[in-house]
Amino acid sequence: MTVTAIDAAPLPPEALNPGPAPTRTVVAYGFWIFLLSDIIMFSGLFAAYAVLWQHTAGGPTGRELFDLPNVFIETACLLLSSYTCGLAALSAEHRQAGRFYLLEAMTFVLGAAFLFIEFSEFAGMVAKGAGPSRSAFLSAFFTLVGMHGAHVTSGLLLLLYMVAQVAAKGFRPHVLRRLLCFSLFWHALDIIWVGVFTLVYLIGAR
Amino acid sequence: MLGRLTWDAIPFNEPIPLVTSIVIILGALGVLAIITLKGWWPYLWREWLTSVDHKRIGVMYVFLGLVMLLRGFADAIMMRSQQALAVGGAQGYLPPEHYDQIFSAHGTIMIFFVAMPLIVGMMNFIVPLQLGARDVAFPVLNSVSFWLTASAALLINLSLFVGNFARTGWMNYPPLSELAFSPDVGVDYYLWSLQISGIGTLMAGVNMVATILKLRAPGMGYFRMPVFCWTSLAASMLIIAAFPILTATFVMQLLDRYVGMHFFTNDAGGSAMMYVNLFWLWGHPEVYILVLPAFGVYSEVIATFSGKPLFGYRSMVLATLAICVLSFMVWLHHFFTMGAGADVNAFFGIMSTIIAVPTGVKIFNWLFTMFQGSVRFNTAVLFSIGFMVTFVIGGLTGVLLAVPPVDFIVHNTVFQVAHFHNVIIGGVLFGMFAAYNYWFPKAFGFTLHDGWGKASFWCWLVGFYLAFMPLYLLGMLGMPRRMQHIPDPNWQPLLLVAELGAIVILCGILCVIVQLFVSIRTRDQRRDLTGDPWDGRTLEWATTSPPPAYNFAVLPEIEGLDAFCAMKRAGRPAAPSAYEAIEVPRNSPTGFMMAFFASVIGFAAIWHIWWLVILGLLAVAVIAAVFGWSEDREHEIHAEELARMESARAGAERIA
Repeated sequence: MTVTAIDAAPLPPEALNPGPAPTRTVVAYGFWIFLLSDIIMFSGLFAAYAVLWQHTAGGPTGRELFDLPNVFIETACLLLSSYTCGLAALSAEHRQAGRFYLLEAMTFVLGAAFLFIEFSEFAGMVAKGAGPSRSAFLSAFFTLVGMHGAHVTSGLLLLLYMVAQVAAKGFRPHVLRRLLCFSLFWHALDIIWVGVFTLVYLIGAR
Repeated sequence: MLGRLTWDAIPFNEPIPLVTSIVIILGALGVLAIITLKGWWPYLWREWLTSVDHKRIGVMYVFLGLVMLLRGFADAIMMRSQQALAVGGAQGYLPPEHYDQIFSAHGTIMIFFVAMPLIVGMMNFIVPLQLGARDVAFPVLNSVSFWLTASAALLINLSLFVGNFARTGWMNYPPLSELAFSPDVGVDYYLWSLQISGIGTLMAGVNMVATILKLRAPGMGYFRMPVFCWTSLAASMLIIAAFPILTATFVMQLLDRYVGMHFFTNDAGGSAMMYVNLFWLWGHPEVYILVLPAFGVYSEVIATFSGKPLFGYRSMVLATLAICVLSFMVWLHHFFTMGAGADVNAFFGIMSTIIAVPTGVKIFNWLFTMFQGSVRFNTAVLFSIGFMVTFVIGGLTGVLLAVPPVDFIVHNTVFQVAHFHNVIIGGVLFGMFAAYNYWFPKAFGFTLHDGWGKASFWCWLVGFYLAFMPLYLLGMLGMPRRMQHIPDPNWQPLLLVAELGAIVILCGILCVIVQLFVSIRTRDQRRDLTGDPWDGRTLEWATTSPPPAYNFAVLPEIEGLDAFCAMKRAGRPAAPSAYEAIEVPRNSPTGFMMAFFASVIGFAAIWHIWWLVILGLLAVAVIAAVFGWSEDREHEIHAEELARMESARAGAERIA
């Protein structure tokens, strides 16, 4: 809204409100706002990482620890899972149950692969004595990346739960609404991972 | 089996907390016994504990805030008394160990469990009514939010009896709050209860934004919303943008304390100042989260009781949104002494003075609204006028503190304590009392006793000035905050004045309680049968007092600002001949049960009872899964049933 529009006394009809929005809009909108708050939570962790990433306290640095090819495979898994998740949402729109199950299964496998790679990376670092309590840098690293991993884990549980709902009830409107929220959640994890990959791994491995 | 929890956690050899705890526990058991004997449990469970009605939840929020105000005030008067007594050779009656817990608990409780519940409660109750909506966007989530806040309040009060509370001040700064210097459970009580209530607040903010942006009645464009809805929208957006930062910060501190990480520690590269930055990056928007809805209340009260539309509605909205944005650019003024350098301090100093400008705009708007109006001087208006005078003083001392060289002199003195009490009592609390007096008849169907209300106002106003003006002087004299013992006997006379002020405020609180009892006893003489006791201007007065569960049988059509005022001028529409079926949300125990297990998780984590943490988490997951599976969350009121209910309500109005 521009300043001139504010000064004008009668409001244009399009500025007026048709009344309460349909449930699907309200649910998706509310979930969007929740995701926004989740991303702000991550931004706090990103900020902490940005402050602390050179506070290695004489311990290992990112350059010594990060294995970029490995992280690339990890990233590819997660981004691909977002693609299959999007296709699954489309097949749900078209009520194609078989394709839906197949694509969600692929999403699950890719997400689980991502988690497996992340977990083995963490385990390797801890085995090298580079655990989260070694230095402020590692605290920030494990917390930021681990928080994303925890989100992916809950995303996988949510995926199983939503597939179960579809299996039990079919593509009914309220199931589709929840499916929409799950998809939004899964894609948001992708966005956060792009930040992690860039700010933590690409910059840290230089 | 019980982690760190042993009999040592109970303060058997400290008489003050022990006796207080016993009295509270006996009182609580007494209340529970009365409820059981009278057979009120089914009613309570059906109508309140499992209610997802935004009005019920709003009332419970406000009740929680008022009860916790008593707890927070008890802490306050204990501190004032200690400082008035423990001068020179005298040591007072509170040992340092206990005094430190009291000032920490006072700040934490007053911000998180008094001011926040009052604000969120008022928004919950009023916003959907003002928007012409039937409920909030997510009614069950609303119940979860409230009960999480309530269970966090329970947890923080538990620290009185089991274990102890933090001795770190309400900001909980590291390195003092780190494991090395605070190894006991005090800081953990702080962190877990604020994490739980923080999640509740965040969900309430999400809910409120979705409600305001998506559920407005037909015809209510943005610039037709009442100002209280605008300020609630701004505060809720700030909640969404600020509270996750606090959550992240506390996650880091919990990791420091529980798994030995090094975010804020002195060793291994941790940065304590990062905590302070992150804390105030939440903390400064938080003060606007508190005060913006209060600004909205004043706007409604002043306009209604001046019998005029609000002066400068659009400038009020723009000022609100300007504050919303600017509130994120001033956080560093809480620690100019950090040593960030002259340039950084100058930037934040200038931003902090700029944020006073939109607030000044608002003050003039209220004054011009009253100008040439026919002002009715009742309790709500008195609180609003008291606010204007008091808040301007608080704002001016704030501008003073925004100047870095001045801040260096009075930083961490009681000058600063006086400043923020000046804006929080004069701004937020006065606003909440105005709101309480203004909207009480809408919630309960009868008005509050105006005489006792006015008495409470005068006690609060005079008590505030007596209690805090001396602190400005003492701060200029160099008295640091949080002193358990006063070395300089020259400060005692002013501290005695402050003590007197606290006693006058106590009278104000007693007046509020008496007002409530007198009003309930004489409720038959003060019934509000029209639904519009004040000649109101906004939609909440268009429905009955108290409103039906569905608020409006037929959604109102909005044709301009001050919609109800316009409706009255045009003649109220006759009752419609036919109704359409409407859907209302079903009650749900989800919120109550989730919050129960949230407090179990919090308690178990504080005491390192890990099996119980896991059980609690499983329980929460199961409750969420059961709720997430459910589909029949609404029940329909059929058109005939609705017509019957509406004509019964109209009939009741006529007979009365």
